[in-house]
Amino acid sequence: MTRIENTFRTLKERKTKAFISFIMAGDPTFEKSLAIIKGLPEAGVDLIEIGIPFTDPMADGPSIQLAGQRAIASGTTLNRVLDLVSEFRKNDKKTPIILMGYFNPVMAMGVEKFLSNCKTAGVDGLIIVDLPPEEDQELCIPSVKAGLNFIRLATPTSDTKRLEKLLQNTSGFVYYVSITGITGAATPEAKSIQAQITELKGNTELPICVGFGVKTPQIAKEIAKVADGVVVGSAIVDKIAKNTSTQEILSFCKTLADATHSISSD
Amino acid sequence: MNNFVNTLRAGPDENGRFGEFGGMFVSETLMPLILELNNQYENAKTDPLFWTEMDDLLKNYVGRPSPLYFAERLTKHLQGAKIFLKRDELNHTGAHKINNVLGQILVARRMGKSRIIAETGAGQHGVATATVCARFGLKCIVFMGKTDVERQSPNVFRMRLLGAEVIPVTSGRGTLKDAMNEAMRDWVTNVHNTFYCIGTVAGPHPYPAMVRDFQSIIGREAKEQLMEAEGKLPDTIIACIGGGSNAMGLFHAFLDDHSVNIIGVEAGGMGVDDRMEHAASLTGGRPGVLHGNRTYLLQDEFGQIIEGHSISAGLDYPGIGPEHSWLHDIKRVDYVSVTDSEALDAFQLCCTQEGIIPALEPSHALAHVMKIAPNLEKDHILLLNMCGRGDKDIFTVANALGEGLDD
Ligand SMILES: Cc1ncc(COP(=O)(O)O)c(C=O)c1O
Repeated sequence: MTRIENTFRTLKERKTKAFISFIMAGDPTFEKSLAIIKGLPEAGVDLIEIGIPFTDPMADGPSIQLAGQRAIASGTTLNRVLDLVSEFRKNDKKTPIILMGYFNPVMAMGVEKFLSNCKTAGVDGLIIVDLPPEEDQELCIPSVKAGLNFIRLATPTSDTKRLEKLLQNTSGFVYYVSITGITGAATPEAKSIQAQITELKGNTELPICVGFGVKTPQIAKEIAKVADGVVVGSAIVDKIAKNTSTQEILSFCKTLADATHSISSD
Repeated sequence: MNNFVNTLRAGPDENGRFGEFGGMFVSETLMPLILELNNQYENAKTDPLFWTEMDDLLKNYVGRPSPLYFAERLTKHLQGAKIFLKRDELNHTGAHKINNVLGQILVARRMGKSRIIAETGAGQHGVATATVCARFGLKCIVFMGKTDVERQSPNVFRMRLLGAEVIPVTSGRGTLKDAMNEAMRDWVTNVHNTFYCIGTVAGPHPYPAMVRDFQSIIGREAKEQLMEAEGKLPDTIIACIGGGSNAMGLFHAFLDDHSVNIIGVEAGGMGVDDRMEHAASLTGGRPGVLHGNRTYLLQDEFGQIIEGHSISAGLDYPGIGPEHSWLHDIKRVDYVSVTDSEALDAFQLCCTQEGIIPALEPSHALAHVMKIAPNLEKDHILLLNMCGRGDKDIFTVANALGEGLDD
């Protein structure tokens, strides 16, 4: 069982929901993102998503675009992203780490080398936005073989037939994108996504986490009522952009985590 | 494609690949739409009614067929190969771009899409899209890098006159690639009513194939016209490459004619070297994935995309259509590059020798013709795609020549 699967099982036993946070590696510096990541488990974050910066993030809104630019400016290569994970793993063997990004930086490193580096560093899962099931042979199949979870995005445009296809090689959990749009855009409505989640549940046993547009503890709470987990990215990244102290960022994450955990899975 | 060993014209395969290049590298939100587009396009392709409408518009609205013109004074001046120009700069809106736009808008209408978005670099694709949208009463939004908005201001005004909304894009260096990112973001957001009209043979499958099909009329016409004029195939055909649509349009009809030497000319900017101040993806790039397809890209060793540079706003794209990447790897097409200053010389020569003000893009192809024509036999037929006219470029050229115009 992978760390991700383990985490969801534990949460289920504790009858609560998962809180997942996203930050960009190296934003604004390697040291600061390491300090934040190190504090996340203590703040109640159950799974950590770390962004791999890319010059052309087609699915991201201004917040994460700018985070990527700050990270690139601070010298964050894919190697440095993996260093960040290794550093974190020295003291935390339990919290799952998921890398999220685009395929080109991975290609530049080489798929085989990337996967073996991921294993060594202690990465548990991958979300590569521009690799739909049609391109599974590129990275999805090799990463599943390497023992990593390949997590897929399901969206409001995925119909039943499409869901079948995109659930095929996915594992860990399903990331339901609550809106048609880019990260950080409109706020989702719990009501409107409930129907979609019910449909997803009919197609898979995997936990379903909802992200894109969740900005406040209130929204996190609403979403947690209908999903197995909540993902927050842009709202945290926006705080980092304003040079907020590590302590304050972690307190913000804690309010989100507490809100999510206040919802029981019964 | 492997089933068609005798032809180079059968690609892409069912996965949208030309060899290893192409594919569908987009976020999941877009996948259902792209698959639907593929279906609709496959239907349209074999529907005679679709082509009846298309042919009528190409003839009466665009002004096709475009002439094949023997460039007599240029030929005399260069004292070598016999030079023919395929005059796609005479099309309505002044470039080849409209051939493709017309096709895509007809497909969009079949799909019932009411909102059209496009990216543009030089503004030619934006103008063509705004034009055809006006013709059909469709809402049109054009994303254009801020830098390009400044250096191609006549085209910005043209688009606005035609009723389009032009959105300046400030991310990155504010050029074509950034405009394309922003168009993709809009598309993901408004996927239900929006059709993305891509301006070159790039993007996810089926765009590279679809755009090529709509542009391939250039080569088919030229082949027939040259047969009539000279009774034979050309010896060399040549076109400039931004994303590669005018080039694929000219090349496709000739890919299986192995006697025909095919040359693609990329933008060499300040020279193809480590400074990366160029836009020659094949000559100076490596395979990667951007904007929905696997292809040669300008990128650093860590896979970050490099912006590229060219004096021509239509050529400074860090990628190239995937079919070109494949034709490069199998060595069917020869890809070379030409610098900004060589293109400027060619631009001026064409003005004074032929009374044709060319766009800066085909001036690159012409610059290569200037290099090779003098060394070729007098009966060597050289066919160049004059894919756009230069009205839009006069301010840029004036600046480069140190003759500021009031603009
Ligand atoms: C006249 C002209 N030629 C060429 C290009 C480059 O595009 P492509 O390589 O797709 O033909 C452009 C693009 O704006 C253009 O306006």
